[in-house]
Amino acid sequence: MSTAPATGVPEHPALLWRNPDPKPSYDVVIVGGGGHGLATAHYLAKNHGITNVAVLEKGWLAGGNMARNTTLIRSNYLWDESAAIYEHSLKLWETLEEDLDYPILFSQRGVLNLAHTLQDVRDSVRRVGANVLNGVDAEWVDTAGVAELCPIVNTSPDIRYPVLGATYQPRAGIAKHDYVAWGLARRADEAGIDLIQDCEVLGFTTDGDRVTGVRTSRGDIACGTLALCAAGRTSTLTDELGFRVPLQSHPLQALVSELLEPVHPTVVMSNAVHVYVSQAHKGELVMGAGVDSYNGYGQRGSFHIVERQMAAAVELFPVFARAHVLRTWGGVVDVTPDASPIVGRTPYENVYLNCGWGTGGFKATPGVGWCLAHTIATGEPHPYNAPFTLDRFVTGRLVDEHGAAAVAH
Amino acid sequence: MQLIECPWCGPREEAEFSYGGQAHVPYPADPSALSDEEWAHYVFFRDNTAGVWAERWMHATACRRWFNAVRDTRTHAFLATYRPGDPSPDLTAAGTGAGRG
Repeated sequence: MSTAPATGVPEHPALLWRNPDPKPSYDVVIVGGGGHGLATAHYLAKNHGITNVAVLEKGWLAGGNMARNTTLIRSNYLWDESAAIYEHSLKLWETLEEDLDYPILFSQRGVLNLAHTLQDVRDSVRRVGANVLNGVDAEWVDTAGVAELCPIVNTSPDIRYPVLGATYQPRAGIAKHDYVAWGLARRADEAGIDLIQDCEVLGFTTDGDRVTGVRTSRGDIACGTLALCAAGRTSTLTDELGFRVPLQSHPLQALVSELLEPVHPTVVMSNAVHVYVSQAHKGELVMGAGVDSYNGYGQRGSFHIVERQMAAAVELFPVFARAHVLRTWGGVVDVTPDASPIVGRTPYENVYLNCGWGTGGFKATPGVGWCLAHTIATGEPHPYNAPFTLDRFVTGRLVDEHGAAAVAH
Repeated sequence: MQLIECPWCGPREEAEFSYGGQAHVPYPADPSALSDEEWAHYVFFRDNTAGVWAERWMHATACRRWFNAVRDTRTHAFLATYRPGDPSPDLTAAGTGAGRG
């Protein structure tokens, strides 16, 4: 090494996880090495002592939606079922840094969900009431309160969609998504779990109502239990397994500005104007909006969606008009008919499903990992994921968060 | 911006269109005979193909007529558009990366 051209540069840091070859067999195989798969692996080891586990990732670790989201964390959902699982997740976020012994830059800077019409105001006040009853911190702030919490929001009454007030969740915030993935991966690896990258699942071997193994680009792997954490790619797996899931995979885009001085102290979301904005620790403004309308697996979307979201941002934050876009990108999100996830049983006795988080899965990372690990370990859903069954689309017991969840999907 | 070929108006910008999801999903022939599960599948479940499939679009800002398209969801490339009632082009022959059919 001393003769290499890079003499004098610091030592390469210690690797955070091994890069093992797959073993022939595991007690639990998790398909998908994103945030949810890694969190599930972490809690299988930590809470249940289950470590003969493989996480299979077709690309590189946490390179899908875990690398592409806008890192917002909140729990101010309307319905009891949603508030319960997202609040459970938020509580885990609050201690995750100590749990992982790894910095994740979790910053509870609060989220403002703006109301622009009288109906927005009614819905928002109702949601604050529901949140408070569910033990979720929430308050209604008027226009002056918005200006105080986030002075750069245009609170003039003379704009197309004036800000009439907002809901505020002080415990909401952002985290550094890559660090979260790396911290979870390190912990899972330390526990002896194999994180296997560049390993695409091509098919399955079954015996009656059990899946006995996974056929992958790196060979066949037998499994005792199988968990699917493949987000926008879930349908390609369930098609192979021969059962249908009510998912549609859409592009979801986001963008960042160049690095700026700190100007934006909180997180602002607007449903009516439709943009959400925070400022990352380094200084870039991070923005997202809604999905592209069409189904797409291309990890990119249409330019007019980006244009509209920037128009919305400049309307709400005139100071952004002179900022420059540094980068735009897209991910593939799996959207359900009721905008709530599906976590639990499948027609196969030993296969569990975790999908349908749509545009909001990052915030759920520790919460769903905890609940899915419980489901795998005990064979019974955790109370927090019990409502989010696949068969609710047959029974009609939907958890309809369309619009109710403080943001359009 | 991507151009979409409206079968009546010709090629127009994507922003003029609205999306209707999977095409050729027929209304049940005998609705009262369906079980809850069959209804659920008609109402909520659609294919989610990674590849070439047929889907519905509507030319919202112009003729406001529905039509069908064959598109590759991996590349987002339109392979063909056609009017309702016309047969769907042979999807297996559509191939990939072939541009507009």
